[in-house]
Amino acid sequence: MQSGKVNQKGKEKIMKEFTFTVQDPMGIHARPAGLLVKEAKKFESAVTIAKGDKSTDMKKLLALMGLGIKQGETVTVTVEGADEDAAAEAVEKFLKENF
Amino acid sequence: MQVGTGTSVLNRIAIGKIRIFHQKEYKINEEFVEDPIPELDRFEKARVKVQEDQRILYDKAVASAGEESAAIFEFHADMLDDDDLIDSCKTIIVEQKHTAEYAVKQGFANTAQMFRDMDDPYFQARSADVIDVGNAMLDELLGFGSDIGSKDEPCILVAEDLAPSETVKLDKSLLLGMVTREGSSNSHTAILARSMNVPALIQCKQIDESWDGKMAIIDGYNACIYVDPTEDLLKSLKEKQNEDIRKEALLQELRGKKNTTIDGKTIKVYANIGGPSDVGAVKANDAEGVGLFRSEFVYLNSTSDPTEEQQFQAYKRVVETLAPKLVIIRTCDIGADKTVDYMNLAKEENPALGYRAIRISLTRKDFFKRQLRAILRASAFGNVGVMFPMIISVREVRECKELMNECRRELENEGQKVGHVEIGIMIETPAAVLCADELAEEVEFFSLGTNDLTQYTCAIDRQNAMLEPFSDTHHPAVLKEIKMTIEAGHRHGCWVGICGELGADLTLTETFLRMGVDELSVNAKSVLPLRKQIRSIDLSKSAE
Repeated sequence: MQSGKVNQKGKEKIMKEFTFTVQDPMGIHARPAGLLVKEAKKFESAVTIAKGDKSTDMKKLLALMGLGIKQGETVTVTVEGADEDAAAEAVEKFLKENF
Repeated sequence: MQVGTGTSVLNRIAIGKIRIFHQKEYKINEEFVEDPIPELDRFEKARVKVQEDQRILYDKAVASAGEESAAIFEFHADMLDDDDLIDSCKTIIVEQKHTAEYAVKQGFANTAQMFRDMDDPYFQARSADVIDVGNAMLDELLGFGSDIGSKDEPCILVAEDLAPSETVKLDKSLLLGMVTREGSSNSHTAILARSMNVPALIQCKQIDESWDGKMAIIDGYNACIYVDPTEDLLKSLKEKQNEDIRKEALLQELRGKKNTTIDGKTIKVYANIGGPSDVGAVKANDAEGVGLFRSEFVYLNSTSDPTEEQQFQAYKRVVETLAPKLVIIRTCDIGADKTVDYMNLAKEENPALGYRAIRISLTRKDFFKRQLRAILRASAFGNVGVMFPMIISVREVRECKELMNECRRELENEGQKVGHVEIGIMIETPAAVLCADELAEEVEFFSLGTNDLTQYTCAIDRQNAMLEPFSDTHHPAVLKEIKMTIEAGHRHGCWVGICGELGADLTLTETFLRMGVDELSVNAKSVLPLRKQIRSIDLSKSAE
């Protein structure tokens, strides 16, 4: 997991980012996707998931499904906000355990 | 009789009357509304109600069809929490001044289109989920009840397409099968058919309104439906159906159970297979592993000498799919009654006693090494054993093992991954039985090939029908040899199995258990009957 990026004011803007490769043969699909959304919604921080040049809010189920993330594909998750440490940790753990 | 064809979802038979299911047509009020507030209110109430309904459907489906196929309803419920979808509907109400039902129809249709436009068939099929939830919303808004499954006669349901909420509302005990004009193998008709264990025929383009109420048979094995079938057809498919039912009852009873006798002795029951296409049967019949993987198919199905890569791919497919189950590959058993042109085998006076099996392998070493390398490479993907056929001497076994080691070293030097491979031999010649003690020192297991062992022991050509009166499949000499082999194996820490036809002979199961056999490898479809037999035996009682 990486922290970093500096905002315009020169003050360090904290943000969590990690990558994850989907192992589930069905990809990020229906019901587990719903559970993933629920996991992200537990936190106040903004959680963004990106595949290639497309990205979406992880708290939106249909948009998340719309990325069409399949087995073997690598996604980048960015978490930003007050509880980002806990959020990033929880989401990463959830991904590893369920996908 | 009319015949419809399509894509079969499940290899089963359904027999019954057809009922045509008509999809509801929604009359959507397209007029504008003055005040959007009541419409927003209606929308919200419907949303909450439908979400609740989907959760109820989830519980119902968990009970009737299992967690896996029920999961979709939880997804449906979650969908109704999706901000994008809800906002798009609300925007249509507020900004375009439309009714709640109009907004639902448009909003859900747009989202469904997004899925339909995706590349992957799985995600494409999710458009049906969106439409289904949208329809549930419309039912709620327009006060539709569900009419499906209201008739109480079991039937084969025929429809253009079926939505998951429609299929789950069906009384499962009244659903014999489904036929749809649309649908894919990822569609809910297919998914639910599989979990409800009823056959379904999808993409059946011949569906006709006139079929309603007619007698029909879905033949899942041949991917077709017979409407107004002939008496003969009805009779033969009815028989097939009964056979399936018996098999499934047995499976239900014995799946996951151990092959343990009443007094607590457990042995292994494996399946014999002839190629990668048999793997499904191994799983379906709950075999614990493969005791004999006849590698001949790679030679017999080829018009030229198969390459190492071709063999590796075939073995890997089986080993990987069945991992961590043990898969025992028997090396090439060509010769005698199995010949191939490209091997240029000379015609023999007495092929059963001739140039075959290990005798070919040990004289054509490059040919043999290609196979050994392929097996060793496949071993990196699961749990592999290898066994050599037609062994008569310790010298042959040592030569095989040396070649195995040579191949292993080569592969390791090439940087290829190789796993552990259990080594065994077939005991199918009287010579091997008599030298079993010495042979057992060399290997980890024995597998008795009773067909050849009987032929060689009794000097009876098994292909000659005239010898039928003289042949005895339970010949005492053969049974004695089996006993000797098991005892010799055990003296030297070898486990001993039977992979010939006698292994599936239920009248001998108790005899073999008393001899101390460790494993029986049989045709996949004999696995469960054999398990049943083993579980009925009590070795603590004296033999009859």
